[in-house]
Amino acid sequence: MEVLLVSLLNGLVYGMLLFMLASGLTLIFSMMGVLNFAHASMYMLGAYFAFSVSRVIGFWAALVVAPILCGILGALIEMYALRRVHRNGHIAELLFTVGLAFIIEKATQMAWGLLPVPYRVPPVLDRALFHVYGSNFHAYRGFMLLISVLMFVAIWLLLTRTRIGLVIQAALTHPEMVGALGHNVPRVFTIVFAGGSVLAGLAGVIGGNYLVTEPSMAATMGPIVFVVVVFGGLGSLAGCFIASLIMGLVQTFAVVIDVSLADLLARLGIQVTSTTPLAEVLTMPLPRVGALLPYLMLILVLLIKPRGLMGTRDT
Amino acid sequence: MSEGVARTAARPLAAGGAAGFLRRQWPWLAALVFALVVPWFSFDWSTGRHSGFIVSMLSQIGISIIFALSYNMLMGQAGLLSFGHAVFLGLGGYVTAHVVNATKGGAFPLPLELTPIAGALGGLAFAVVLGYFATKQRATAFAMITLGIGELITSCALMFQTFFGGEGGVSTNRMTGRSLFGVGYAAPIQVYYLIVAWTALSVVAMLLLTRTPLGRMANASRDNFERAQFVGYDPRMVRFFQFALSGAFAGIAGALYTLTYEIVTYDTVAGPMSANALLMTYIGGVGVFAGPVVGAVLIVLLQSWVSLLSNSWLVYAGVLFIMMVTFAPMGLTGLVMMHQPIWRAGRLGRLIGPYLRLLGPALLVLIGFVLAVELCSFLTIGAAQGKSFTLSRITIDPRGARPWLVAGLLLVGGGLWLRVAMRGFGAAWNAVTEEVKTVGTRA
Amino acid sequence: MSVPALRLTDVKKSFGPTAVIMGVSLDVAPGSRHAIIGPNGAGKTTLFNLISGRFPASGGRIELHGRSIDGLPPHEINRRGLSRSFQVTSIFPRMTVFENIRCGLLWSRGYKYSFWHLVGGQRALNAAAAQLLADVNLEARRDVPAGLLTYAEQRALEIGITIAGGADTVLLDEPTAGMSRSEADHAVALIRRITAGKTLVMVEHDMSVVFDLADVVTVLVYGQVIASGPPAEIRANRAVQDAYLGAPAEVA
Repeated sequence: MEVLLVSLLNGLVYGMLLFMLASGLTLIFSMMGVLNFAHASMYMLGAYFAFSVSRVIGFWAALVVAPILCGILGALIEMYALRRVHRNGHIAELLFTVGLAFIIEKATQMAWGLLPVPYRVPPVLDRALFHVYGSNFHAYRGFMLLISVLMFVAIWLLLTRTRIGLVIQAALTHPEMVGALGHNVPRVFTIVFAGGSVLAGLAGVIGGNYLVTEPSMAATMGPIVFVVVVFGGLGSLAGCFIASLIMGLVQTFAVVIDVSLADLLARLGIQVTSTTPLAEVLTMPLPRVGALLPYLMLILVLLIKPRGLMGTRDT
Repeated sequence: MSEGVARTAARPLAAGGAAGFLRRQWPWLAALVFALVVPWFSFDWSTGRHSGFIVSMLSQIGISIIFALSYNMLMGQAGLLSFGHAVFLGLGGYVTAHVVNATKGGAFPLPLELTPIAGALGGLAFAVVLGYFATKQRATAFAMITLGIGELITSCALMFQTFFGGEGGVSTNRMTGRSLFGVGYAAPIQVYYLIVAWTALSVVAMLLLTRTPLGRMANASRDNFERAQFVGYDPRMVRFFQFALSGAFAGIAGALYTLTYEIVTYDTVAGPMSANALLMTYIGGVGVFAGPVVGAVLIVLLQSWVSLLSNSWLVYAGVLFIMMVTFAPMGLTGLVMMHQPIWRAGRLGRLIGPYLRLLGPALLVLIGFVLAVELCSFLTIGAAQGKSFTLSRITIDPRGARPWLVAGLLLVGGGLWLRVAMRGFGAAWNAVTEEVKTVGTRA
Repeated sequence: MSVPALRLTDVKKSFGPTAVIMGVSLDVAPGSRHAIIGPNGAGKTTLFNLISGRFPASGGRIELHGRSIDGLPPHEINRRGLSRSFQVTSIFPRMTVFENIRCGLLWSRGYKYSFWHLVGGQRALNAAAAQLLADVNLEARRDVPAGLLTYAEQRALEIGITIAGGADTVLLDEPTAGMSRSEADHAVALIRRITAGKTLVMVEHDMSVVFDLADVVTVLVYGQVIASGPPAEIRANRAVQDAYLGAPAEVA
C-alpha cells in the first residue's frame, strides 16, 4: 500500500513534467505538421541554461530567465531556418530537426563538457514536505507539481480566453483553414514554436535538477515525449494530458513491480526453465525492461490506434 | 529513365554488343578497376605489406556502399524515411557471426565466401517480420515505428546474452579453413577483395531491382500512392516487399562487417549506425541511383581523415547534414545533375568565374568555423582530457582572446563576403539557365 | 436491363454531423455513357470517392457488376475492373510519360510485385504501352518527366493511365476542367475513342461536353438526385432548369 501511494505520487509528478514537455510538442506537431525532434533539446538547454544562470543570479531568477532564453532560441530557429526548410517538404523539415537535435547535443557537450553538471535543487526546497507511510514526500516534488499545475492553468487560460489562443485552437485541427481566414499564420507559427520552446525549457529548469543534467538527457527524454504525443493523439491537448499522466504512472510503476513474464506464466501453471526457448526473454524482470516500455508503447499505438486516444487528425 | 536504355541494359550483349555495354557503363567499370588496384598505391614495397589504415578504410567504404544503397531503396526509391535501418545490418551481422562460429565448429561446411548469404537471409527474415508491422503505416508514422524498433532492438542487444552476447557482443574468427578458392583470410587485404566482389554483386542487384515491376511501383507509390492504388497496386504490399529486400541487402553489409572486424556488438544495430546510413545517403543524393555510393565514399573518407586530426568529426558531420537539408536537399549528385542541362548547352564555362569567386569567402568561413569548433572542443573536453591544441608546431591556447577573435573575424567577415558572392553567383546562374531555356526552345 | 455495370442503392455519406450524400440511387447500364452534373458542393466528387473506395459510405450499397464493393480498398475495386481519374490531376510526376503508362499496365498484365522481371525487356508490355501512348497522342513526349507536361497533356496522360489496366468501368472526374475550348474538344474526342465499348461515368461542368458525350444524365443537387434521363429530357426538365441550368438561352 505504501509503495502504491508513493509510486502514485511520484508518477503524477513525473507525468506532469512530461505534460509540460509534450504539450509544446503536440501544439507544434498539430499546427505545423513538423515532428520536432529538437523539442527535447530545448528541455536540455533549459536545464543547462538554468544551471549556468543560477550560479550567477540564483535559482529563482533562472526559473524565469532560462525558459525565456529557450523561447528566443526557438523563435530564431523557426523564423530563419525552419521556414526556409519548409519549402523543401515535410521529410526535409523532419530531417532538419533531427540534425538540429544532434548539433545541439554536440554543442552542449562542447560548452559544458561530457559529464553531468551539478545542477542541484535549491536548498530552501531540499527537504521533506510531509510524510507518507514512513517515506518523505520531497518538497521539491511538491514545487514541481505546483509549477506544472500553474503552467497548465496558464495555457488553458491563454487558449480559451485570448484571441491568439482561439486562433491557435483553430489551427490545431484545421491549419489550412486558419490561413485561408486571413490570420497571419507565419506569425502564429513563430509564436507557437517559441511558446513550445519556453514550455520545454521550463520543464528542463525544474526537471534538470530533479533528474540529471547531462548531454544525453535529450536523447533519453525525446522518445518518451514522442510516445506521449502520439498516444494522446494529434490536435488534442486533453489527450496529451491524459497520455502524459498514464506514461508517468507506467514508467514509475514499472520500476517497482519486480515481476517477469515467467512469474506470470508460473501463476498459470507453466514452468519456465533454462532450456525453454526464449527463456532469457521470459525471465527478464520488468524493472530491467523499463527502458523498453516507451518504445513498445509507441509501436503498439501506431499500429493499433494511430490516431491515439483523442486525436482528431492522422499523423 | 528511357525505355531504350533500360532495354539495352537488360540485354547488354544483344544490343550493341560488348562495346556498347562498355560505352554506357564505363563509370561503374572504371570504379571497379580502381577499387581493385587502389590498395597497391599504398603498398610498402620494403615490408611487403599494405597500409593497414588504407585497407581498413577501403573495406569500410565497401560495406558502407552496400548499406547506403540498401537504405536508399527505402528513402529515395520508396519515399520511406527509416530511423532504424541499422537493425538489419546488425542482425545480419549477428546471424553471420553465429553461422561462421558454427562452420568453424564443423556444423556445416559453408565456404567463407558464401557467408554473406547467411547475412542476407538473416536480414531478410527480420525485415519480413518487423517490416510486416512497420509498413502498415507510411510517412511520419512509419518513421516513428522504425525509431521505436531501432531502440527496442538496441536495448535487446544489450540485455540478452543468448543471441546477442549482451554488452560484449559476439566474437568470431573468419579463418574457418573453408574457402572456395583456398584463401586463408588471415590478411585484411584478402577480406577487402571479398568485400569488393560482394559490393559489385550487390550494386548490380540493387540497380537491376530498380528496373523491375516492384522497383517501378515503389517509385510510383512514392510519387503518388493514391494513383498507385488506382492502377491496381496495394501500396502497403509494395512498401513491404521493398522493405524486406532492403533488409536483405543491409544484412549482406552486416555479414561483411562481421568478417572484417570479427566481432559484432550492440552498436551495429544502434541509432548512430542508422544515422550514418541517413547521412551518407542524403548527402550523396537520394534521387540518383549512384548518390548513396558517392555519399558513402565521401563520408567514410572524411570521417577517417578528420578523425585523425580532430575529435569533433560528429560536429562537422551534423553541420554538413543540416546545410544539405536546408540548401541542397537533392544531395551532391542532385547538385551535379542540375548542371547537366547547362553542360549539354555548352554554357558550363560561364559558371567557372562565379564559382571561383565563391571559393575565397567559402574557405574563410570554413576555416573560421573549424577554428571556432576546435577552440570550443579544446576548451572544455580537451582540457578535461589534458590535450592541447597544436597546429603543425604552434600551440594555440583556447583560453586566450586572440584565437577567438581570429575565428570570429573569419566567420563574420567571410560570411558577409560570402553573402555578396552568393548574390552574384545567383544572378549568374539565373542568367545562364534562362539562356539555356531559350536555346532549348529555339532548337 | 441486364445486370447494371454499377448500381448505387440509397447511398448515404456524412462527415461527422454534416450529411453530404443523402440517399442516392443510381443504375449505370453496361456500355453506356453516364454523366453526373450538379452545382458545386452537390457531392459529385464525394460520390466518386465512395464508389472508388477512397472512403467508406455511411449507408446504402454499391455494386459493381452485381457484386458488392462496399468497404473494399481502392486497389481491390480497381482489380475488379473499375478505374478512375481525379479532379486534381493525379499522375506520377517524377517518372517519364512512358513509365507512367507502363505502370498503369503492370498489374493487369500479371506482373504483381515481381522483382525478377526487368521491365525493359518485356516486349508485350512495352508494345502495349507504346500503343497506348500513341492513342493519347503523347508519343512526342515519351521521355519527358510527367511533371513537366502542360496541363492538357497531363490530363490526357491521366486518362491514358486510367484505362491502361483494361478496366471496363471508367470514372472520369471533370476531365475537361481548366481546358480551353479546343483542348476540351480534343479531350472529348479522345475520351470517346478510348472508352468505346466501356462503361463511362463522368462528372462534368461543361454542358456542351455533357450533351455531346452522354447517353444518360443524372442531376445531383445537395446530395440528392433530382432527375435522371436522356440529355434532351434533362434539358427540358423544369426542376433542373430552376436548380442548375438557368434559362435555356444561357446554356453554354
